[in-house]
Amino acid sequence: MNAASSRNFRKLMADNVLYICLIMMIVVIAVIAPSFLSLGVLTDILTQSAPRVVLAMGLLVVIISCGIDMTVGRLAGLSAIISGSLAQTVTYNLKFWPGLPEFPIFVPILVGLLVGLLVGCVTGMIVSRLRVPAFLATLGMQMIIYGASLLLINKKPNHSQPLAGYVTAFSDFGTGSIAGISYLAIIAIAVMILVHIMLTRTTLGKNIFAIGGNREAAIVAGINVHKIEIFTYALCGLLAGLAGVMLSARTGSATPSYGEGYELDAIASCIIGGASFTGGIGSVPGAFLGVIIFNVINYGLTFIGLSSYFQYIVKGLIIVFAVALDMRKYARNA
Amino acid sequence: MSEHSYVLEARNVSKSFPGVKALDHVTLKIRPGTVHALMGENGAGKSTLMKCIFGMYTMDEGEILIHGKAVPVAHPRDVMDLGVSMIHQELHAIPPQNVMENIWVGRIPHRKALGVKWVDKKRMYRETREIFQKLDLSIDPKVKVSTLSTSYCQLLEIARAVSFGAKVIIMDEPTSSLTEKEAEILFRIIKQLRSENVAIIYISHKIDEILQISDEVTIMRDGAVVGTWDANQMTTDLIVSRMVGREMTHRFPPRDHTPGEVWLEAAHVTSAAPRSFTDISFQVRRGEIFGIGGLVGAQRTELVESLFGLRAIASGQLSIHGVKVAITCAKDAIHNGMALLTEERRAKGIFGVLSLTDNMVMVRQNLKPPVYLGKSRILLDRKKRDADARKFADTLRIKAPSLKTRILTLSGGNQQKALVGRWLLTAPTILIMDEPTRGIDVGAKYEIYELMEQLAREGKCVIMVSSEMPELIGMSDRIMVMCEGHLSGILNREDATEEAVMALASTYKKNQGVDENERRE
Repeated sequence: MNAASSRNFRKLMADNVLYICLIMMIVVIAVIAPSFLSLGVLTDILTQSAPRVVLAMGLLVVIISCGIDMTVGRLAGLSAIISGSLAQTVTYNLKFWPGLPEFPIFVPILVGLLVGLLVGCVTGMIVSRLRVPAFLATLGMQMIIYGASLLLINKKPNHSQPLAGYVTAFSDFGTGSIAGISYLAIIAIAVMILVHIMLTRTTLGKNIFAIGGNREAAIVAGINVHKIEIFTYALCGLLAGLAGVMLSARTGSATPSYGEGYELDAIASCIIGGASFTGGIGSVPGAFLGVIIFNVINYGLTFIGLSSYFQYIVKGLIIVFAVALDMRKYARNA
Repeated sequence: MSEHSYVLEARNVSKSFPGVKALDHVTLKIRPGTVHALMGENGAGKSTLMKCIFGMYTMDEGEILIHGKAVPVAHPRDVMDLGVSMIHQELHAIPPQNVMENIWVGRIPHRKALGVKWVDKKRMYRETREIFQKLDLSIDPKVKVSTLSTSYCQLLEIARAVSFGAKVIIMDEPTSSLTEKEAEILFRIIKQLRSENVAIIYISHKIDEILQISDEVTIMRDGAVVGTWDANQMTTDLIVSRMVGREMTHRFPPRDHTPGEVWLEAAHVTSAAPRSFTDISFQVRRGEIFGIGGLVGAQRTELVESLFGLRAIASGQLSIHGVKVAITCAKDAIHNGMALLTEERRAKGIFGVLSLTDNMVMVRQNLKPPVYLGKSRILLDRKKRDADARKFADTLRIKAPSLKTRILTLSGGNQQKALVGRWLLTAPTILIMDEPTRGIDVGAKYEIYELMEQLAREGKCVIMVSSEMPELIGMSDRIMVMCEGHLSGILNREDATEEAVMALASTYKKNQGVDENERRE
């Protein structure tokens, strides 16, 4: 009886390690600095996390299909620059495209999304059709995208200055809120819900899990593997584009360094959220919690007066610890 | 007789895989300087036993003795150092390296100078030459392995075993990819090794070969040893009856179906890949179980995968019910009422980490028009999916804790039944089953046979590729036998004997004597 209940307890701990981690962290931070537990702080974290949540959702889909996409951080940067450049006021003296008029804000947003979608499609073709290993293909694409960002922003009259001078509507989109919840958080939540439904409730989602679970078997089962693989990268690109727009609008600025390293954080979030590099496993709530944990660390450390540089050590420990626990879980099952 | 009269002994070895007892207290004793044949049907446990002896699998029970002393067999390298070598069915050569590097890989001769181990190429070359001379092989030690044919790679493995000073060499189906002439070379080398007091464990399905070269024969069945006999007391009939066992008559369900009209017709089908299969023509009737037999390398799997659109064909025509069809991908095949149960269940069948339900409905879910959508016409209706999975899990008697269970945790037999269920959900008219009972236990086997019988009764075409002779003969209405990518004959049920199938399975080999040097892989 006792042994059984202790086994159950251990199983409960192992299955919910992520929630326990998060709660423990919040408790520790709140004990040291009680004001951490305020609505303002929590919505702040949610808003801060929003672009990363959107990125992680795209990557999650790719990881479930047994792929990987290293481009998303840099792609968000490129999209931030392009969308930002189209959102500048005509009166701004360093206007990126001096000849162009002021657009309504759906134009920069849409173009930012389109950039992400296009690049994602190209990446998908390279991976699926040319069968270049995803890690290498997307690493190559990452460099190409970064180069394109640098070249683009170096254009006259900008000369590598950070973009600025956005129309207020665009900045409002990045900083405004409705009923205390920021637009960005609303977008992130909407993306999560859509991706979650897509993954769990549609044939497409089931096929993505199937391809990740066993690509050869998916081919035998008559699933159009190429089409779906390309779709996953296209979706991932689209969401990276969206994340770029969100970053640009929130900060009112854009440089090629935007999004740098975000892909690694997003991958780590998915993995500690239970997704597996071997494909076929992963969930939206898990990946979301992963992102939130990272941001709580980020935010919480400064909140309790520790150097934010500690965050890297804490994050690193969490990744190693979470995956090690996961491996043990599978070792028991096998 | 003292214990030391055996160079190698396996005592009471047991080994289980999930759902299957592969070896059940097996004992095998090998005398020095003899050729010991190990025979049995596929799945009898021969290869598993060898892998246990060789340290590739961990035994659940039992021990291995060399010269009467129990030895640990944790890793192939330990076993090789004890003087036991294994020539694998699959080759392990490293193609971009040259012959002598392959022979000495892992223990390359070296000189020490300045504290660094330098490769001693001269010694390596000299010692390689010596081994080749001893074996009477004419291979240049400096040539790249990638330029050698498969059969020479096999001889290389033997040379490698000799270079270890092996006292026991295990050969797993060594002649399956050799021509008659090359097999003669192998036999000569085996006799030479025997005269030098090396023991050979020789696994083969070819009874003639066994009778020709072996001294003792051990026969295995269903993971246990039937017995060991002197080879000169054995005949083909004796070997077959002991391999198959008495229960043969009860191993298959009563035959109660009658083939009807011709449904599937393949005419002169030739693979797009070179050296696969050529000019295969056959017809399958409704309500017929059509067996496809042949040896390893006969290209049977390649053929059925091509029929199903997974591999390209260069020429030939497929017709279903007299209508010509073009099938270029699995989707085409599925829409033409075909289903393919693949040979490799893990590699090409199951989605291991997904649930039983997901695994079972995966094909039907992708059919047009969609069947599982709810009222929204976009989202899947979980109840409909679960109901389908439940229905077939029940009829096929799949044992699983729940429909949500990850399929990889189930036994091989239950996995196979789930895959059968996956295809039955698409209501196919042509069901291709590639090695349908491989690696599953006897009970599940019988259920699969019953199912095939039932499908034939319902008027479906059942095509079964099988390497298990009793299954092929016991279940099929007709048997098409292939040999090295050619159709060597189609046998009617009345004429289908083991000997007739075996004869056809090696026909092309004998008649054509294809030059293996040109059949590089």
